[in-house]
Amino acid sequence: MLRYTADHEWLKRDGDVMTVGITNHAAETLGDLVFVQLPEVGARFQVGDGAAVVESVKAASDVFAPLEGEVVEVNQAIVEDPSIVNREPQGAGWFFKLKAADPSAFDALLDEGGYLATLA
Amino acid sequence: MAEALRQTPLHSLHVALRARMGPFAGYDMPIHYPAGVLKEHLHTRAAAGLFDVSHMGQLRLKPKSGSYDDLARVVEAVVPVDLLGLAPGRQRYGFLTCENGGVFDDLMISRYGDALLIVCNAARKADDEAFLRARISETCEIETLDRALIALQGPRAEQALSSLAPEIHDMRFMDARESVICTAPSYVTRSGYTGEDGFEISVPVAKAEEIAKALLAADGVAPIGLGARDSLRLEAGLCLYGADLDEATTPVEADLSWAIQKVRRRGGVRAGGFPGDKTILAELETGPKRLRVGLKPQGRAPVRAGAAIFAAATDAAPIGRVTSGGFSPSLEAPISIGYPPASLARPGTCLFLELRGQKAPAEVVALPFVSHHYRRV
Repeated sequence: MLRYTADHEWLKRDGDVMTVGITNHAAETLGDLVFVQLPEVGARFQVGDGAAVVESVKAASDVFAPLEGEVVEVNQAIVEDPSIVNREPQGAGWFFKLKAADPSAFDALLDEGGYLATLA
Repeated sequence: MAEALRQTPLHSLHVALRARMGPFAGYDMPIHYPAGVLKEHLHTRAAAGLFDVSHMGQLRLKPKSGSYDDLARVVEAVVPVDLLGLAPGRQRYGFLTCENGGVFDDLMISRYGDALLIVCNAARKADDEAFLRARISETCEIETLDRALIALQGPRAEQALSSLAPEIHDMRFMDARESVICTAPSYVTRSGYTGEDGFEISVPVAKAEEIAKALLAADGVAPIGLGARDSLRLEAGLCLYGADLDEATTPVEADLSWAIQKVRRRGGVRAGGFPGDKTILAELETGPKRLRVGLKPQGRAPVRAGAAIFAAATDAAPIGRVTSGGFSPSLEAPISIGYPPASLARPGTCLFLELRGQKAPAEVVALPFVSHHYRRV
């Protein structure tokens, strides 16, 4: 079950490792992506730090770290082909995996209903 | 309280086609349709794209005396272009100039009989009209035309338009012709803002939707939004007023000297006689201090308007700015336009562009990034 942030990120939990990506809504709003910059493996983030950058044809957007933690894996495929994010933003278009400092903080994030409500 | 956005005559068609709408120059415009910017861009270069550009200004100038020469001379007093030599049925690119030599707006000027039809940028059209009224209204009637403007661009454009107006088939690049399309009196020019062969079609408001739909029904024609319009013109190396051109930029700096015919330059029969002529004529002879060029960043990241240009990676002081930048769908690479000093403007020169706090290497390249396909013969 996914959790969400108001900044249009989703998270999938597997123990203390969180897979992070951008939501369907975010991908649709951004339009065709042409560039993705991912963090380095080993990078450490506080909540709200800029973790990745996406560029659509028109503009750049930041992707933020939704939880405090350390990057343990990045999805190089979306750097090679940013269109994967547009095609499967909540699947194959994942951005990075974060080992959370406090995995229980996952439960305090928005559930799907809570996230969709922010879009209304 | 924000003013409501204006709508073009094709607004409900865009909504019916499920465009993502957005504000531009005070209008609610289609940014892209469900296909998306990349597909719309590539479709225009491969087949034909239909653009609603009705937000742009259309002005008709007529000489009060009835003589075209009187009109031409008076407009030449504000535009450094040969208009006396503009034949009926032909169009030229030009610009209104300021006292300091800068560009007030860039325009397309077509001659129909003894009248000129000017197409100008949406964001400047009110200012352009005021500029002209203040200077030439003694000699000319100036009429704002309330008409729609549709651009049809790409290798399949001619085929699509001839299905509605067979006589356009023998038009050449920069021809201007009155035509009848779906029983509506129209002005058609063979020109545009994409670098492809194509047409700009001025039609009555009441017929705009019918004509747009008829063109969209033709083989290979798809609707294209402003997002792709910008990426297409960027690939074609064309200026965007307000970004690459402004009142602080001369046409010589902007690499638009080609639009200033010899007759208006020093030694020409009608040299000067327009605002900023001293500055512009001098720059034409000695060269400008800075020059508009293409820039190709290394790597994949686009470098956008506003980014500083540096001569060396270790320099602290910028030497110029990027004025347009984005991603080229045709080249699958980032492309930018900017103004380095003229001494560093030769193609092949390596410069550095500010990108998220770093200095990214980039190469000066000749414009256009993608070759033009104008039908000149």
